[in-house]
Amino acid sequence: MGDSIRLKTPLSGGDVSGLRSGDRVTISGILYTARDAAHKRLIDLLDQGKALPIPLEGQVIYYVGPSPAPPGRVIGAAGPTTSYRMDAYAPRLMELGLKGMIGKGKRSQEVKDAMTKYKAVYMAAIGGAGALMAQAIKEVEIVAYEDLGPEAIRRIRVDNLPVIVVNDTLGNDLYVEGQKLYQIP
Amino acid sequence: MRQISTKVITAAVKEAAVRANYELGSDVTDAFRAALEKEQSPVGKEIINKLIENAEIARRERIPICQDTGLAIIFAEIGQDVNIVGGSFRDAVEQGIREGYKEGYLRKSVCDPFTRKNTGDNTPVIIHLELVPGERLTLWVVPKGGGSENMSRLFMLPPSAGWKGIKEKVLQTVLEAGPNPCPPTIIGVGIGGNFEESAILAKKSLLRHLGAPNPDPELASKEQELIEEINKTGVGPQGLGGRITSLAVHMLVMPCHIASLPLAVNIQCHASRHEEIAI
Repeated sequence: MGDSIRLKTPLSGGDVSGLRSGDRVTISGILYTARDAAHKRLIDLLDQGKALPIPLEGQVIYYVGPSPAPPGRVIGAAGPTTSYRMDAYAPRLMELGLKGMIGKGKRSQEVKDAMTKYKAVYMAAIGGAGALMAQAIKEVEIVAYEDLGPEAIRRIRVDNLPVIVVNDTLGNDLYVEGQKLYQIP
Repeated sequence: MRQISTKVITAAVKEAAVRANYELGSDVTDAFRAALEKEQSPVGKEIINKLIENAEIARRERIPICQDTGLAIIFAEIGQDVNIVGGSFRDAVEQGIREGYKEGYLRKSVCDPFTRKNTGDNTPVIIHLELVPGERLTLWVVPKGGGSENMSRLFMLPPSAGWKGIKEKVLQTVLEAGPNPCPPTIIGVGIGGNFEESAILAKKSLLRHLGAPNPDPELASKEQELIEEINKTGVGPQGLGGRITSLAVHMLVMPCHIASLPLAVNIQCHASRHEEIAI
């Protein structure tokens, strides 16, 4: 197992095209958090022709609904949520420049096709390791939809958040290939 | 008749909810360590090591193991010689959850199914109540995440399906779930009863400590057969490929209607949280 690739957000087309399914990556910089409720509102705004509360070009969205921050911390536990709930919304955001998504679990064929078409990647964080993931989060600011509570959109600054590339821009899928490698007939 | 105050119940539930979310049981961390020995995938090993580290951080820094601190499920065995005084049992339990989730900085994850508006205090809770002989009150506080619950399935099989059909459906459920329920998982299997009872059996089977054998030798051997099949799928830790897709299969069985073979498969993520309280 090689060393991790270090990436800094926002991501360029070159950053993304160079990534391959199975690569271990540590991400630093700004990420935006959003789950399905927030995604729905973003798409509603786009449908109405209105401006979004967050930038998309080169950005990375982390699918997470953190637990509340106890005193003295910026955030509670903050591991990934299951990504398929965002499948209905993700292609539209990639079309507008979104370059990365971090979550856990399988994506639909439509999302995988959009990643190839618009050059974006999907990366897995460790589901259920919320206490560990939170260690990489240094700053948190709610930027939209505070009424959604844990599902509000947060702008977070991360330092070496560990993830693994699942789907790359060539259509590879680590969930399929990894399983094949260890399957016993 | 023994009297138990609702205040005692509220305090106990509150403490158990917080502890369950901060402190992963040693049965689970022991199972992680045993899994490390068997896992062949380097990424799989790295993930299991990080899960051990995650549990240590949560315990030390008093933050939840997982941000999904769950819908609160309560299994309760109430002695029939117990008299609960000071209010209703449900109110007492829900007040404990309310206080625990607020003061323990746990995520409130309950909403209206149509409007999706969060109830704000992680209530209502799900209560499975059983009246038993004696004058004790035993509660299990089980915070259950949405990711693994979403991948759980119920099948009303024809009796002709038999054990072979049951195995196929359990494997199908695990394979379709793939990475989504945060493997390595624990597979709760409820067989028999009826539609709702099979689901309750599957969930209740998850209360058994990991590594503790099924007291029924025949079921123990069936659990072994299933775990071996499941760990041949290659799904592995986090679904990224590996030998350890599940840590264990737990089975509970009861007789059913002559026309039916109910089967429920309740998937539990690796953050298997359950606190037992004896009052």
